[in-house]
Amino acid sequence: MKHIAIASVLIVILTILTNFFLQSVGLLPVEASTQASIIDKLFNTHFFIISFLFSLISVFMFYSLIVFRQKKGESDDGKFVQGSTKLEIIWTIIPLATVIFFSYMGAKSLAETRKIDPQALTVNVTAGQWFWKFEYPDFDITSDTLYLPVNRQVKLLLSSIDVIHSFWVPEFRVKQDVLPGENLVKELRFTPTITGDYVLMCAELCGGSHAYMNSPVKVVTDGGFQEWVDSEMGYQDLTPAQKGEKLVTNNGCVACHSLDGSSSVGPTWLGLFGKERTLATGEKIIIDDEYLLKSIMYPKEDLVENYSDIMPPIYSDLFDDDDLKNIVEFIKSIK
Amino acid sequence: MKKIWSIGILRGLIFQIIGTLIGVGIFSLIRILMGLGWKTEPTIVVGGLFGAIFFLIGLGAFTDWWKSALGEEVTEPHLVKGFTGIRRYFEFSLDHKVVGIQYMVLSMVLLSVGGTLALIFRVELSASGLQILNFVQFNTLVGLHGMVLIVSILTGIAAMGNYLIPLLIGADDMAFPRLNAFSFWIAIPASLILLSAMFFGGFETGWTAYPPLSVRGPMGIQMFFLGVYIAGWSSILGALNLIATIIKMRATGMNLFRMPIFGWSVLATSIMALTATQLIGLSFQLVMFERLLGMSFFTPSEGGNPVLFQHLFWFYSHPAVYIFILPGLGIISELLPVFVRKPLFGYKWVAMSSLGIALTSFLVWGHHMFTAGIEEYLRVPFMYSTLLVAVPTGVKFFSWVATLWQGKARFPVPMLFTLGAIIVFLMGGLTGPPAGTVSTDLHLHDTYFIVGHFHDTMFGGFIFPIFAAIYYWYPKVTGRKMNDTLGKLHFYLMTPAFLLMTFGQMRIGLLGMRRRIADYDPNLGFDNTHVLITIGGFLIALSILIFFINLIRSAKKGELAEGNIWNSRSPEWSILPCPAPIENYHQKEIRIVGNPYDYGLAGSKFVELKDSEEKISEVGI
Repeated sequence: MKHIAIASVLIVILTILTNFFLQSVGLLPVEASTQASIIDKLFNTHFFIISFLFSLISVFMFYSLIVFRQKKGESDDGKFVQGSTKLEIIWTIIPLATVIFFSYMGAKSLAETRKIDPQALTVNVTAGQWFWKFEYPDFDITSDTLYLPVNRQVKLLLSSIDVIHSFWVPEFRVKQDVLPGENLVKELRFTPTITGDYVLMCAELCGGSHAYMNSPVKVVTDGGFQEWVDSEMGYQDLTPAQKGEKLVTNNGCVACHSLDGSSSVGPTWLGLFGKERTLATGEKIIIDDEYLLKSIMYPKEDLVENYSDIMPPIYSDLFDDDDLKNIVEFIKSIK
Repeated sequence: MKKIWSIGILRGLIFQIIGTLIGVGIFSLIRILMGLGWKTEPTIVVGGLFGAIFFLIGLGAFTDWWKSALGEEVTEPHLVKGFTGIRRYFEFSLDHKVVGIQYMVLSMVLLSVGGTLALIFRVELSASGLQILNFVQFNTLVGLHGMVLIVSILTGIAAMGNYLIPLLIGADDMAFPRLNAFSFWIAIPASLILLSAMFFGGFETGWTAYPPLSVRGPMGIQMFFLGVYIAGWSSILGALNLIATIIKMRATGMNLFRMPIFGWSVLATSIMALTATQLIGLSFQLVMFERLLGMSFFTPSEGGNPVLFQHLFWFYSHPAVYIFILPGLGIISELLPVFVRKPLFGYKWVAMSSLGIALTSFLVWGHHMFTAGIEEYLRVPFMYSTLLVAVPTGVKFFSWVATLWQGKARFPVPMLFTLGAIIVFLMGGLTGPPAGTVSTDLHLHDTYFIVGHFHDTMFGGFIFPIFAAIYYWYPKVTGRKMNDTLGKLHFYLMTPAFLLMTFGQMRIGLLGMRRRIADYDPNLGFDNTHVLITIGGFLIALSILIFFINLIRSAKKGELAEGNIWNSRSPEWSILPCPAPIENYHQKEIRIVGNPYDYGLAGSKFVELKDSEEKISEVGI
């Protein structure tokens, strides 16, 4: 009995110390959404349970290893105890009850994170290898940066044009896979609570440049958001080349095609127009309007030598004819 | 040349090369006759499949079955005169102990290969930016690291099951010795095909091979699929054999509740392996067909559904993790009583908890898909079933602690690894629930936290226990003990290094480090922790190198093991000499007369030899 009493005191002390350590060491990033606060509350309960169970098992284990171990000169066996049905039932029933209670708390926490605000701002998110694109249907804006007003719920409708991606901003905690398929558009809601710059990361391995499939997220004040919307709506007055520039940045083209002449997965666009190039077949061609247009629409054909055919053949569906012309105009303008 | 030809494994490998060429030839011929040109991807798949079958033909795995199919006389397995000495390990041997060692060697080879792959990409990750690898190389290494080690674990648990189960239950061999040898040897071409994925362009998907990504991209994925598919056969057939052996071959007087506890964990594992492995084989086969034949099972634009694959995949791959750990937990329960000289606390509860874990394992696969876009309402029931696993797992922990309590613990190397296993598995167990409740998992899913969590469970449930088992039963194999000092060095190097590695992984995972990325933003400030993780990884490798040196050196130079060196009650130590004789208990009739773990009960016995009079009278009847 004396041993059990000492061990119990040690367990209490170790539980408190471990829990204090876990809570104070800063295990999680900043809580920047309503959902993050709800989720972190559950995390904290987890940390406490972890501290307790860790202390319970390790104190009993190390205590008996140290106190009861075979001493010098001893050769006899330990105490003959085969088991105790009472104890076994206790340590089946109590964990069972805890587990059911924990699942109930988990379900409540999940429900809270999913509370719907009918006034939520809708953003259509399109993911692809390897870019993010954000469309604001209310304002007819397309952007490569996710601008969000603070303290207003946002409803993301997520869809992929190729493989599975996943939407994750660690500071907001919540995560949702982005699936290809028109019938598989997924919804994710959260309410940012702190203004500032964050990074959206793709959390599902999507091949190639998965590591770099990040986009900036800017949480701004209501006024700041309105300002941004106003400046974006000025898009209609732009020249074709300027519109093309917006299209290529918003659709991730520049992830593979540099604008400054540096080499990358795809050919650089700097000074590309009008140059002579050798195709993989050995044929020599001059880069003209027609070739550029065709290469965007059918990227697997007429490859220039030393480049592999990894550009996805999706852009003839993604862009309409005007878009394509604007993009070609932009490429022509980079000299 | 003749000498090379007479060695089974070399003959098999030569046949595999020839078979691959024949497969490639036949397939190309058909294509040419149809007026089609060369196409690499289907050709290597057909070649790989032919190669695997030819390996087994060349080795002689089919010879006896072929004979009996033709109605010819086939020698009974225990009358087959096999090779002796080191040579028998290179042949199609029917002795379960030889098969066990063969499995173990393969497992250790794959462990080294899989670990080395990890060391390469750990170097890459030790600093942000791209240093030595490109993306495809990195992804290939990560995916192969996972799958090669899974095959290593499957062969490792098969090694323990094959070698130990007949010895522990007092049987002379496994129920189906030919099937047993077949299950091992099919894993050799499977491993070679799996590793060949590196030479066909690699693959980008990680070990989970989710479509649509696995439908696109380099064709190395086909060799990955084919290798896993064939390795699955090994696992299924091996499980079938172990179940039959445990049910039918126990010694006189050994009812199921007098069976050494390891038998229960192998039984539970085998039930899962026998019934769930088909699902991963099937899901990989569907993606193979999608790539080869254009059947769009998983491509939405053509009517497929990518989430379907994840259901099929995890329906195996979640039970799989319990398949990996249950034998290891069985080893912990088996060794603890020997080294604390006390009965295993609550034997029946520990036995039933293994079956409980096996049963629950089939109900929890959805927790891998909380963020995947499954129906919203499905997430809550999967959360309940997932957390339920904590109950039988808790029973094991509490029983171990109660076994230790007031036990006269002694600390030879196998005991150190057993205790290490409990601590490390505890870390794995405690970090599970945050990933099990849905809302917290929304943050944790696909991060390094998960990487840390499952490395804890795999090391605690497999790596530490299998090292404990090797140090413990090594004298049964070789007749010599392993070196104590090197063993302790191995333990005291590996344990802190491992904890450093996984704590580092979980720490940055919580803060936002994603899984499976070759490069990370230096602004996140993860560089230093990554360096520590890499150092941890290399120290583990160093400790395992010390282990290998010990393993090889002790076979010749180790101290001779005489008699029951651990003072154990179980039959392989109390009855058999070291090394164990080829025919096990064949010349000795044994009878079970007590409980396996009644240490501390004066005058009790678990097993005794029937006296010769009784034997004669039985023969008379």
